[in-house]
Amino acid sequence: MKGRSLTDALHDIQSGNKENYIPEKDALTVSEKSKVSLSKVYGFATFYSMFSVKPRGKRIIRVCKSLSCHMGKAEEVIEKLKEVLGIGIGETTEDGEFTLEESSCLGMCSVSPAIMIDEIPFGNLTVDQIPEIIKKVKSEGSQEKIYTEQILPAQGRVVLKNVGVINPESIDEYIASRGYLALKKAIENGPQWVINEVKKSELRGRGGAGFPTGRKWEFTAKAPGPQKYLICNADEGEPGTFKDRVIMEGDPHSIIEGMIIAAFATGCNNGYVYIRGEYDLSIRRIEKAIEDARSHGFLGRNILGSGFSFNIEIHKGAGSYVVGEETTLMESIEGHRGEPRKKPPYPPTFGLLGKPTVINNVETLANVPPIIANGADWYRTIGVTESYGTKLFSLSGDVNWKGVIEAPFGARLSYITNEFGGGVKNGKKLKGIILGGVSGTLLTPDQFDTSVDFNSLATIGAGPGSGSIVVMDETRCIVDIAKNIAYFFKYESCGKCTPCRIGTEQVYKIVDRISKGRGEEEDLDILERLGENMRLTSFCPLGQTAPNIIVQSIKKFRDEWIEHIKDKKVEGGSNER
Amino acid sequence: MSDKLILVKIDGKDYQFSQGITILNACKIANYDIPTLCYLENIAEEGSCGMCVVEVKGAKTLQRACIIKVTEGMEITTESSAVREARKLNLELALAHHPLDCMTCDADGDCELQELAYEFGIKRSQFLDEKEVFEYPKETSWDSNPFIQFDPQKCILCRRCVDACESQAIVEAIGIGMRGYKSTVSTPFNLPLEQTDCQFCAACVQACPVGALVEKPRVGKGKIFNLEKTDTICAYCGTGCEVTLYRDKKNDLVLARGIDDSIVNEGRLCVKGRYGYEYVNSKDRLTTPLIKENGKFREATWEEAIEYTSKRLLEIKEKYGPDAIGVLGSSRCTNEDNYVVQKFARAVIGTNNVDNCARLCHASTIAGLGKALGAAAATNPIEDIKNADVMFVIGSNMTETHPVISQFIKENQRKRGAKLIVCDPRKTDLAKVSDIHIQHYPGTDVALLNGTMKVIVDKGLVNKEFIEAHTEGYDEFVKIVSKYDIETVSKITGVDKALIEKAAEMYATAPNATIFYTMGITQHSVGTDNVLSVANLALVTGHIGREGNGINPLRGQANVQGACDMGALPDVYTGYQKVIDPASREKFEKAWRVKLPDKAGMPVTEFGDAALSGKLKAIFAMGENPLMTEPDIKHVRKGFENLEFLAVQEIFLSETAELADVVFPSAAAYEKEGTFTNTERRVQLLRPAREKPINAKFDWEIVSLVSTKIGYPMKYKNADEIMDELAKLTPSYAGIHHFRLEQSGIQWPCPTDDHEGTKILHYGGNFKRSNGKAFIAPVEYIKAKELPDKEYPFILTTGRILYHYHSGNESRRVKVLDTFVPRNYIEISKEDAESLKINNKDSVRVSTRRGSIDLEARVSDKPKKSVVFISFHFREAAANILTNAALDPVSKIPEYKVAACKIEKIK
Repeated sequence: MKGRSLTDALHDIQSGNKENYIPEKDALTVSEKSKVSLSKVYGFATFYSMFSVKPRGKRIIRVCKSLSCHMGKAEEVIEKLKEVLGIGIGETTEDGEFTLEESSCLGMCSVSPAIMIDEIPFGNLTVDQIPEIIKKVKSEGSQEKIYTEQILPAQGRVVLKNVGVINPESIDEYIASRGYLALKKAIENGPQWVINEVKKSELRGRGGAGFPTGRKWEFTAKAPGPQKYLICNADEGEPGTFKDRVIMEGDPHSIIEGMIIAAFATGCNNGYVYIRGEYDLSIRRIEKAIEDARSHGFLGRNILGSGFSFNIEIHKGAGSYVVGEETTLMESIEGHRGEPRKKPPYPPTFGLLGKPTVINNVETLANVPPIIANGADWYRTIGVTESYGTKLFSLSGDVNWKGVIEAPFGARLSYITNEFGGGVKNGKKLKGIILGGVSGTLLTPDQFDTSVDFNSLATIGAGPGSGSIVVMDETRCIVDIAKNIAYFFKYESCGKCTPCRIGTEQVYKIVDRISKGRGEEEDLDILERLGENMRLTSFCPLGQTAPNIIVQSIKKFRDEWIEHIKDKKVEGGSNER
Repeated sequence: MSDKLILVKIDGKDYQFSQGITILNACKIANYDIPTLCYLENIAEEGSCGMCVVEVKGAKTLQRACIIKVTEGMEITTESSAVREARKLNLELALAHHPLDCMTCDADGDCELQELAYEFGIKRSQFLDEKEVFEYPKETSWDSNPFIQFDPQKCILCRRCVDACESQAIVEAIGIGMRGYKSTVSTPFNLPLEQTDCQFCAACVQACPVGALVEKPRVGKGKIFNLEKTDTICAYCGTGCEVTLYRDKKNDLVLARGIDDSIVNEGRLCVKGRYGYEYVNSKDRLTTPLIKENGKFREATWEEAIEYTSKRLLEIKEKYGPDAIGVLGSSRCTNEDNYVVQKFARAVIGTNNVDNCARLCHASTIAGLGKALGAAAATNPIEDIKNADVMFVIGSNMTETHPVISQFIKENQRKRGAKLIVCDPRKTDLAKVSDIHIQHYPGTDVALLNGTMKVIVDKGLVNKEFIEAHTEGYDEFVKIVSKYDIETVSKITGVDKALIEKAAEMYATAPNATIFYTMGITQHSVGTDNVLSVANLALVTGHIGREGNGINPLRGQANVQGACDMGALPDVYTGYQKVIDPASREKFEKAWRVKLPDKAGMPVTEFGDAALSGKLKAIFAMGENPLMTEPDIKHVRKGFENLEFLAVQEIFLSETAELADVVFPSAAAYEKEGTFTNTERRVQLLRPAREKPINAKFDWEIVSLVSTKIGYPMKYKNADEIMDELAKLTPSYAGIHHFRLEQSGIQWPCPTDDHEGTKILHYGGNFKRSNGKAFIAPVEYIKAKELPDKEYPFILTTGRILYHYHSGNESRRVKVLDTFVPRNYIEISKEDAESLKINNKDSVRVSTRRGSIDLEARVSDKPKKSVVFISFHFREAAANILTNAALDPVSKIPEYKVAACKIEKIK
């Protein structure tokens, strides 16, 4: 890629602008310099939620409204903020100090409810803390970080072995814990050996689809042409999911090393880490890791004397869930709106800028150094058939212990929620969990004996997805949960295709209607038909999976839906903007 | 690989298709009907609407036929309950926000959404929110212009408009703003469309499947099923866009659409093609013959007017001889009209004093290209633009003068990565997007081109084999060119040396390079030299005579090529057969059964002086408006006032017609049958899109009546018959007949009835000169005739603007065009404006040695310092009061592009 990306240019304009926005004249300058038409620049700027083309306050307060925070009473936080600031959502205080915005999942599900003021996150908020925080931020700026991530004590950890153990900003500590040895081993044995080893390990993508990583690499390695790209998909945005953030913040070098090995195996000379714009600390940690890796000769020209050269750039996102979809992510790097491409062609042969591209999830790449260092045979001792290794789970919701855990594939769901999670909070009964994010699956206690691996989950129509587990206790209203999820997809749909753009909007409209006691029984049929249509005809996975939980909830909790409709219950709080 | 056929099953039947085609196209070939909404062939392949979904065996979801390609063994089901249910639901979703106000919608009957709703039996979408649709209409702020109306409520976000703007208009004035359910089609920052790069070609409107985008002037003028449509040719510039015109029950034209499968314009039109038809409906149309008595017109009968005209012409001919009469053909009239009028001049009056306004635009092309190549026409077709790797554009502001051609050029640059070099004293829109812009001083083209060619010669980039095999004169040429070293040239032209070198290399080393030029080359007192220089550039590099290589003068009037082909010129009969050539003359004498004059006649640019001196006593003009379009029109007017007799065939009482003794009401191009020959030599068929005014006559008909009255009977029944007659006399048109032109016309030369025409002239270096070789003519740089001095310190250059046309008689009678640009203005650089203390929109007086006009100043980044620009469309501030009548000695074309002027601010 030549020069700086459109995202970077707009981030710079916005952060340099007193009113935190992108004025027309600056957009014009970018357009002229980059030879991208002004309408494209505008289309780009208005697509991503972190950009604004209208003046805003000095500081942006983003309130997470997604599932875990919603369950953690985000609405109360919003109401309090509105009261304290004297403004509504999307408005700016009279003194020009704050703009209040709502946000999709900020990846702080274990410390819900959460907000961000500029780039600083605030978690485990209580309504009483809010006046104090606002006051303090106003006078001193937003510097503190008032939550810490929980990770369960080390026990059979593979991916998380360094997290919480070493100083993530110290490459020496990473090296001291056998870091970059895998890279050396890879270089000694050559690209084909690496691919074979990864194939043998049967490592599967951890982004959700579970595609065999080794095969993906092989496609790209065999694709013709000198220019190939490697992308680390760190655009974690699936509500309830924060495990990639934990790796990036806790052990950034494991990702960098994984990327270098992947690039070496596939013949890529340029790599990108696409990190969502909200993950400021992740960006800083990865940035530092790249710098240190470069100065140690692990990145750059002729890495470790191998003749192989590789560089990594960070691409900072700007607020969009759908960009997590691989082709959309590439569009975004190229300076386009986050809209998916048609497939085929697939990224291994036609990816970034039309070149062969490997795109892997953070967790997938973090699995690579241990596989290479310890060998595929070792790796296959962890997990179960066709699902080897471990899986990270983000645990949140009505559970006693929230945070990231690493468990080998094959653990029972009940084991994860009860043993790791310590069971449902406040001694309540379990209603169900949402596995793999809001695009994933709704599972009920009768399914908790299922082993968590690709094959077993498939038998109950599920998959590990992003590995998030949001626990719901018996008091949760299913309509309220559905409404929150429907709102999320309506807000995050890119708008390209009709089934998703209007489908997500209509699903929300109907669920909202039901939640306000104005639903009718036939609405449930409409939701199911509409959901099926979205699954069958949406352009990309966002629209195809958007109705998952809602449709499943109607199947599994039909009585509750009908009761809600018949009794004209009004419940679930407002999701209106 | 690509020609390997693959086996595909559609609805259980086996088919074979070539690899790489989409399911949609495969189904089309196999005759399966797949509904689409967002798809627009070659323009939009968004895959957004979800209407074209089909079942593909093994796929987990339904597949979009428009974007998914067939693969070996694919099994497709085009109709099933799942498919139908999905299509129906997606249609209902598209209709969720679409007001069902078909009764009052201009797109009623022309709406794909409506058609699909009908097909699927959707009376009312289950998702329709009437409150939202009817009570709280969406706001849009960007459609404040007079051309394009946008109703966001009706928009279904199919994005065909955005794609058309990007891939047809190549401007990207509109795009998609916001995301998800909030997305809209919008301009950047919701700016009014007129503040964006929009050229109002309305490709977006034509692409819109519903009534969201509508041509404003058509609103309320009738639904499509109540309009009668006719396919014809646009009557403005020489591109020859094929257009469908719609007329209402009152016989008014109310709508124009580009013809999608046209090889010329591929559905595109420009703002004039799209909206400019309106003048034919005008109340100002002449509807009866007029005779001037005591300085005033009175209405007359046709018999009277014909009688009177023939009598006067005969008297003058008897008294002063035939050469005291001048005849004007017209580039806005058909080939048939022009053939008849030049025949009238030669066979009936007995003079070669016949000319047409090509004199004012491409006379130097005819002289220059004729001399260099042996044929005076563009070498390559428009569709060949895509084969060029480098496009060298000199003196052509084509985004305004030939907008559709400029779109193809920009398309080739954008989509295929071709390079674009623009040489223009102004920073035109095309210059702005060019890879190299050479902003030379007006009138320094020969120096620039010689300097460029010296670089090519010095760097050994000439094509020696080509020069050797296909040209003559190279050695002499090198001697001259060697004097033009880069320092000198840089000084003369005001262009950076490196830029000239870079352009020279880019052009010379390109595998395929083609040249386009227009009035910036031709309208100079050295116009012929300029054209020769351009030809030299192509010849020494061998960039001519094959695909993607050529010299393409873009013709400014719809039928300027044809009027010349027809011999509406003082020195040639049809097909450039010389009047001084005894064999040619004999041929025409035999055919017309009269003795013909053997000396070349007078060009129109000398009519004014000749009339003033008394040499010319009468003019018979078929159209044309010299009193607006000739240089130094005050002077020309004096000449015309001195005439004993002036007869004019017109559709409006033009500036020239006002001065006439007799005015005949004629039919407009959109009312005619006949042919135009466009800029790429394509003879195209015109069909009447409306009835002409009851008492008006066709131009050839009027000439025939006068001729018959004078005693030379012309009894043509129709234009078809005229074409057959001229084809017999014209080798390059010999195989051209109206019935052969129905499809997409024929490019001449077309020597026989079974010849399919000639796409590329001089193919393989076989030039049309007698020895088959091209002539590389040595050309020296000569300064323009009038250069800035202390009193007149600025260089005035004149030309056209996008929204108006020539003398303005048509475009200024088009309400939307005249509302948008109602008055003339002068473009002046920021530096010059500052030094004169002139602000944008100030009133200024511009004067040359010939006169003054008052107009508005526009401070602009287009002109170079010390150069100003004025268009010649406005009678209230007629630029040709200012222009210099200095003529090119060879072609007699005037120097419209350089005059010295001064500018004063007025209160």
